[in-house]
Amino acid sequence: MAETQIKPMTMNFGPQHPAAHGVLRMVMEMDGEVIQRLDPHIGLLHRGTEKLIEYKTYLQAIPYFDRLDYVSPMCQEHAFVTAVEKLMGLEVPARALYIRTLFDEITRVLNHVMAIAAYASDVGAITPFLWSFEERELLMEFYERVSGARLHAAYYRVGGVHQDLPAGLLDDIAAWANRFPKVIDDIDNLLSENRIFKQRLIDIGVVSLEDALDWGFTGPMLRASGAAWDLRKAQPYAAYDKVKFDIPIGKNGDSYDRYLVRMEEMRQSIRIIKQCVEQMPDGPHVVMDHKVTPPTRAQAKRSMEALIHHFKLYTEGFHVPPGETYTAIEAPKGEFGVYLVSDGTNRPYRCKIRSPSFAHLQSMDYLSRGHMLADSVAILGSMDIVFGEIDR
Amino acid sequence: MTEALQELGGYVTAQTGAHVAKSEIVRGELILWTTPESLLPLLKFLRDDTRCRFRTLVDICGVDYPERAQRFEVVYNLLSIYKNHRVRVKLAADESTAVPSASGLFSTAGWFEREAWDLFGIFFAGNADLRRILTDYGFEGHPMRKDFPLTGYVELRYDEEQKRVIYDKVKLTQDFRTFDFMSPWEGMLHLPGDEKAEKKG
Repeated sequence: MAETQIKPMTMNFGPQHPAAHGVLRMVMEMDGEVIQRLDPHIGLLHRGTEKLIEYKTYLQAIPYFDRLDYVSPMCQEHAFVTAVEKLMGLEVPARALYIRTLFDEITRVLNHVMAIAAYASDVGAITPFLWSFEERELLMEFYERVSGARLHAAYYRVGGVHQDLPAGLLDDIAAWANRFPKVIDDIDNLLSENRIFKQRLIDIGVVSLEDALDWGFTGPMLRASGAAWDLRKAQPYAAYDKVKFDIPIGKNGDSYDRYLVRMEEMRQSIRIIKQCVEQMPDGPHVVMDHKVTPPTRAQAKRSMEALIHHFKLYTEGFHVPPGETYTAIEAPKGEFGVYLVSDGTNRPYRCKIRSPSFAHLQSMDYLSRGHMLADSVAILGSMDIVFGEIDR
Repeated sequence: MTEALQELGGYVTAQTGAHVAKSEIVRGELILWTTPESLLPLLKFLRDDTRCRFRTLVDICGVDYPERAQRFEVVYNLLSIYKNHRVRVKLAADESTAVPSASGLFSTAGWFEREAWDLFGIFFAGNADLRRILTDYGFEGHPMRKDFPLTGYVELRYDEEQKRVIYDKVKLTQDFRTFDFMSPWEGMLHLPGDEKAEKKG
């Protein structure tokens, strides 16, 4: 009997699918169960953040950054405030730098714990998901205690952080940091040597270092392919040059390596958190220039000048000298950059947000070709994508 | 750091000749100005030269300056993880300029160019897949342009008669408000009436 050619089938994945990590629509051309071509359609969560920021003062722009990658809010605020500080030439006090480092790392744990848990549930393991949400809850409590909000903190401000750490918080963070490695070990025991987990991940979505650079990979995605590149080490910001930590790298560049890199990064984050708690300097948590940061409530009650400063800051905001900068930080997902153009007014002229997931998701077609349908879920999960920052 | 960048800027300018129109350092960041014709040779040089090795194209974006003759700036941010430095390549373009696509040199350029096309209407010649990316299917206009209103022109709603989601003209219950905060003392260099004083002097 003559062999019959079967026409490739076009399949629609998403935009509502539990493994799509949000609103991703992928149009797949399938040859049987093998993916021939994959076309991700994004933009279903587009909110026009960059356009909105052009119409807001610098202070009003900060909360938008929480809502980009809503799994790791504070790191993105960090990128924006450092960009503004760079344009204004502000010297941030040491305590603020340490607080930022501390909360960046808390955010990294917050993100990775979620990424790994969601990934595990994508490939069939439910338990880590339940365990890690317990930890996330504890971490979000720390968020709440400094900023009043569990997720969208708006805690980092130009010139420092909004409020000083409440009494006793550092002790609680230290206690948590001593306990948390046990949770990592538990998840590790459950997943890392799990036969099914390894079958689903190893040799799936292999990226060589050359290709990783070509596709603009950063963060854990790049490190899993073997490059010891981390902005915290290479171009230190905040207090990262004063703490000790190691950069984990992968050897094979497959999904399993990306998972392992994230696991190790959590352990390194705990190291940084402990050092931050130990080294936390005293002093102001924000610059004392009231042209940029608001005066205290007590000052505004007594001094006319402070009251005027307060009023001007919350209506007009501060003016940023003309100029432009591209400032990037190591967000949990990769290099998160802000290209900020100022024209000297109280509002950004242009604020381009460079999100790591956008570049990562682009390589989905290249990574999935020749893989089975079920592998596309494993690849997607290993990228750790969040649509808030892809669609902006 | 700044000297090293200055040296790098001088080196690239010397090596690529006319491809770099101007090299400058702004706030410790190296900026190379180029033209659409010279873009690809310059990017190729930056990627492959042993002293540059900018293997990662971090970002492509547009900036809109409606008052300029060539209204768009196209900005390429490059990163070298081997030499640990960054460079920004910029060029001017307008609606009718065909900027050559960098997707042949960097695979990651594809979506960034689609984004710049979608939001600004900057045309990239040679990009095999220049569809809209962030806005809705069938969207009209380029929303990040400065002359595109913040509220847009259309809004979505569910139509009970047609039983489907339709686009409607945007209705604002309150006029769009924007406040000019330029201080007459700090921002305005010329106050009304200054021309009289200048005429005499």
